[in-house]
Amino acid sequence: MTKYFKNFHKYRYLLYEIVRKNIKLQYRNSVLGVFWTFLQPLLTTLVLVAVFGGIFGSSRNYTTCYPIYLLCGRLIFEFFTQATKRAMRSITNSASVIKKVYVPKYIYPLSNILANFVTFIISLLVLVCFIVYFYFFTNQQPVVSSYIFLAPIPILILLILAIGVGMILATFSVFFKDIEYIYEVFCMLLFYMTPIFFHAGQLNASPIVGYAIKINPLYSITEMFRCCVLYGRMFTMNHLYYALGFSIAIFIVGFFIFYKKQDKFILHI
Amino acid sequence: MNKQNSMAKQPAIVVDNVSVLFNMNKEKVDNIKEYLIKLVTNKLHYNEFWALKNVSFTVEKGERLGVLGFNGAGKSTLLKTIAGVIKPTEGKVEAHGIIAPMLELGAGFDLNYSGRENIFLYGATMGYSRKFIQSKYDEIVEFSELGEFIESPVKNYSSGMRARLGFAIATAVQPQILILDEVLSVGDAKFRMKSEAKIRSMFDKGITVLFVSHNTNQVLNICDKAIILDHGKIIAQGDAKEVCALYDEMIAKK
Repeated sequence: MTKYFKNFHKYRYLLYEIVRKNIKLQYRNSVLGVFWTFLQPLLTTLVLVAVFGGIFGSSRNYTTCYPIYLLCGRLIFEFFTQATKRAMRSITNSASVIKKVYVPKYIYPLSNILANFVTFIISLLVLVCFIVYFYFFTNQQPVVSSYIFLAPIPILILLILAIGVGMILATFSVFFKDIEYIYEVFCMLLFYMTPIFFHAGQLNASPIVGYAIKINPLYSITEMFRCCVLYGRMFTMNHLYYALGFSIAIFIVGFFIFYKKQDKFILHI
Repeated sequence: MNKQNSMAKQPAIVVDNVSVLFNMNKEKVDNIKEYLIKLVTNKLHYNEFWALKNVSFTVEKGERLGVLGFNGAGKSTLLKTIAGVIKPTEGKVEAHGIIAPMLELGAGFDLNYSGRENIFLYGATMGYSRKFIQSKYDEIVEFSELGEFIESPVKNYSSGMRARLGFAIATAVQPQILILDEVLSVGDAKFRMKSEAKIRSMFDKGITVLFVSHNTNQVLNICDKAIILDHGKIIAQGDAKEVCALYDEMIAKK
């Protein structure tokens, strides 16, 4: 075990370099540059508010402030899908290096997820702007309390989950190219299985759908996050236990599968 | 423990009974649909293929070993196994010291990145810290002769420029083991002479070299020992002169 930590310590700078490269190259040659990190969630949230605001946002029983409710869900979902998709392609994209030089291969999926995580953290500034705006200038006020300082907990659980899923996808996509298309469809399903623009209690859906939403760890994570930043209260402990347990399990499974299969990568990329 | 430390001469590379097995499917199966169909219809046959079989040799520190062999003899697989890219199916490889694999110069470059940024990226890929690369930075830029182009993206470089930069980084780090896979033909004549001189100066510092080539003249020029690989097995090893003579005979027979 210490051998692995030593190796990680040696290559930690590579991790840093790739994270930096991914962030830098993402916004190079675009006029607005890093400003897109703010603009993109802002614009897509506006679109979603315009489309769904009338249907799902009008009932006051469920949502305190619909635009913030939506933005929370969208930010978390978008980070999760973008990061895992990038991680999925990371091994095949770095084939030229992996074939020639020894590098710990997990550095590639990990660095892609961390790069997305950094831009996700930056994009949270949009959320701060939303909260400030709605708190001071509208009557749809979000409840701001000291629970906002608990927001890093769901975010960290989300990161663990994304790393685990990313590892699994990266491994499988080396052997089966069509994982990419399947995962694309799965993400669309996940979008509707996560209460992003609706509230879980709002659906008069069949018990199966209700159940499917509840076993989705992203549901627990978004609910926890909303409790912290929007409702201003403590999250339900059940959400915490479920999301944390699920994410750590996936994390361990992800690294295990990756570790078992990594020596065969070179024959397939 | 003490015993090991007291040993004055530790070999640089020990290749101990190494075999590498490749499972080659007759047709490439890279999607789930085909995989399942073949699994159900029981057509998932693999061609087992030993790229290396029971290869053993030792390279002492400061020795320069030439690896000769026809195409497909397993030369690249051997070098990749020593570099740690391929894990041997059986046996083990031990390498003591920093390895600079010059298998393909500039393989770790990102084309959208500038030369300067790539120096740091490539250095990190080889496992060096930012501080260390920073201290070698000026030397690398000077040796690569890129001048102000160091700030332009690598995608705009000519292949010679890329190879020069790759060579400059790979040699600037003062490795203890150098793996050369026919890279002594990069750039124009002037740079070729410069790079040969650089490698020779590294010889004087007692660097261990593995050199792959088809050209016996080049091997004689650089190496003091040599091996011949054929179909994954070592068929001759020993003094460079004798082995090269044998290899020339083999070519003549073909």
